[in-house]
Amino acid sequence: MARIELNEIAHSYRPKPRSDEDFALKRIHHVWEDGGAYALLGPSGCGKTTLLNIISGLLNPTRGQVLYDDKDVTDLPPEKRNIAQVFQFPVLYDTMTVFDNLAFPLRNRGLAGRDVERRVHEVAEILDLAPYLKKRAAGLAADAKQKISLGRGLVRDDVAAILFDEPLTVIDPHLKWNLRRKLKDIHERLKLTFIYVTHDQVEALTFADKVVVMYEGEIVQIGSPQDLFENPEHTFVGYFIGSPGMNFLDCTLEGNLARSNGARIALDETVAAKARGIQGKLELGIRPMHLKVCTEAIEGGVPANVKAIEDQGSYRIVIASFGGQILRARLPEGRHTPSDQIWLVFPPEWTRLFVDGRLIKA
Amino acid sequence: MDKWPDNRAWFLVLPAFIIVAFSGIIPLMTVVNYSLQDIFGPGEAVFVGTEWFKEMLGNYRLHAALWRQFLFSGLVLLIEIPLGILIALAMPKRGWGVSASLVILALPLVIPWNVIGTIWIVFTRPDIGLFGVGINSLDLLEVPFDHTAKPLYAWITLLAMEVWHWTPLVALLAYAGLRAIPEAYYQAAKIDGASAWATFLYIQLPKMRGVLTIAVLLRWMDSFLIYAEPFALTGGGPGNTTTFLSIYLVKLATMQFDLGPAAAFSLIYFLIVLLFSFAFYQALLNVGRGEKG
Repeated sequence: MARIELNEIAHSYRPKPRSDEDFALKRIHHVWEDGGAYALLGPSGCGKTTLLNIISGLLNPTRGQVLYDDKDVTDLPPEKRNIAQVFQFPVLYDTMTVFDNLAFPLRNRGLAGRDVERRVHEVAEILDLAPYLKKRAAGLAADAKQKISLGRGLVRDDVAAILFDEPLTVIDPHLKWNLRRKLKDIHERLKLTFIYVTHDQVEALTFADKVVVMYEGEIVQIGSPQDLFENPEHTFVGYFIGSPGMNFLDCTLEGNLARSNGARIALDETVAAKARGIQGKLELGIRPMHLKVCTEAIEGGVPANVKAIEDQGSYRIVIASFGGQILRARLPEGRHTPSDQIWLVFPPEWTRLFVDGRLIKA
Repeated sequence: MDKWPDNRAWFLVLPAFIIVAFSGIIPLMTVVNYSLQDIFGPGEAVFVGTEWFKEMLGNYRLHAALWRQFLFSGLVLLIEIPLGILIALAMPKRGWGVSASLVILALPLVIPWNVIGTIWIVFTRPDIGLFGVGINSLDLLEVPFDHTAKPLYAWITLLAMEVWHWTPLVALLAYAGLRAIPEAYYQAAKIDGASAWATFLYIQLPKMRGVLTIAVLLRWMDSFLIYAEPFALTGGGPGNTTTFLSIYLVKLATMQFDLGPAAAFSLIYFLIVLLFSFAFYQALLNVGRGEKG
């Protein structure tokens, strides 16, 4: 177990990076506390896997240091770092039994006999793999295989952290939930540091205590699922988290009001005061569930035209256009479907203001 | 399911059936026909039943050729498969070296069999060949190297030819197998602290199973049917020491015109190849697959 510190990490896959664009990871400075359950969330190609491989030692960063419990391990190979990694698809030693698969990392480190037996049985018990120990690993289902990959990490009692690289991608939807639950159980039981890479926000939000959102090689926000939802610090977080994501409108500032396409939208006073001095592109953001839909003209309401209604099963989303910009709003249950003209109300407590993509905090 | 009311679709299979018939079934049946008769001349044939088969199965020359053949094919597999894997492991994984080594490896594969024979005969000749003159000038051998002088020398030359000609095929197949292993396997092995040997044994070798099965089958069949090289080298000599099955078969059929025995021999030969190919295929398919415990 360990506290993992990333000290000014940057990485480029080019041998001689020149501009910022050559870097897959631009500047990462972050501490993963011992025993935390972290999710690393971001779209494909944002550098999640690169970051994970730097932590595990499969990649050497172009710049910066990796510290485990204040010890510099930047130049150590993965096998010396006591790290475990579960990959996107199950990686197994096909010709071995489940037992031998689980025992493999121990045997490679010179352990033998009783100790191996004891550890493997313990781990198999935790992962519900005990009945399969004598079976050949190649014949099992994908979720059992993924558990074996995880087990190979858990058998080592000195393991510093377990890294997951989109481990549920190949698992059937109905088993995904079970396996995710299992991971959470194991985390609570063993108190190991888990770092879980995913591009699926549901997975990240349900698994982790802390979600680290990455975008184009940078960490844009670290926070609890609720933080990310209510106070996205970057327009990307607002757009990426939530289904559908946050609405954004280009705007200008006028006292305590935001002006967009002729409409005036009230803002939180402190936010407006802070924003007044700042230069840059202003955007206003609001979650679809916070945008109120009215079918009659109302004080402070912004008129919009209904383009479509999306039925999401348990709720419906109105897609409306307002001065050429598209806004999505969640309809409360039981409300009749608005047909043409609606008025949208932006409650100031849920209306966020962004300058050049960054949130202006209240 | 109901029967089809109309079976005319079967006619669509006809072209394929005719091609297979003319390329395989009819020639094979001709051989079967010959193997059951004693043919004295055109129109003069006597049905002899299984006589030729009995005769050939008891023929000591055939036995000798068969054992020679097994020894040769066995040695070929023992040398070419490990050597091919080693070459594949040593080949570069990216950059210009990949294309360069692929082209160099492919060169022997495009040379016709009897040209290979000629190349190696010239190469090993004791009077002008680079190898022959070279090794004899070292003065290490009791009998100077000459592939016609000693059975061992003829065998060494033949094996060298065969290995030079066909190891690249094994290497190419093994290389393709290696390239198909996802990077994550190597990464997992690193994290698990596996040695290079363990990585080879538990990841690379099992993942190459498919291509190696093909390599073993191809090299087994091809080396078992070898004809051009020993024919070009010594014509089966010195003595009968490189008279493999096909050399003996051709002698029997075209030099002595024993068509009946030759036909019976062909069928036995064919069955042996088939049987062993099947056995290899099954063995390689199932090795390390069954449930344990």
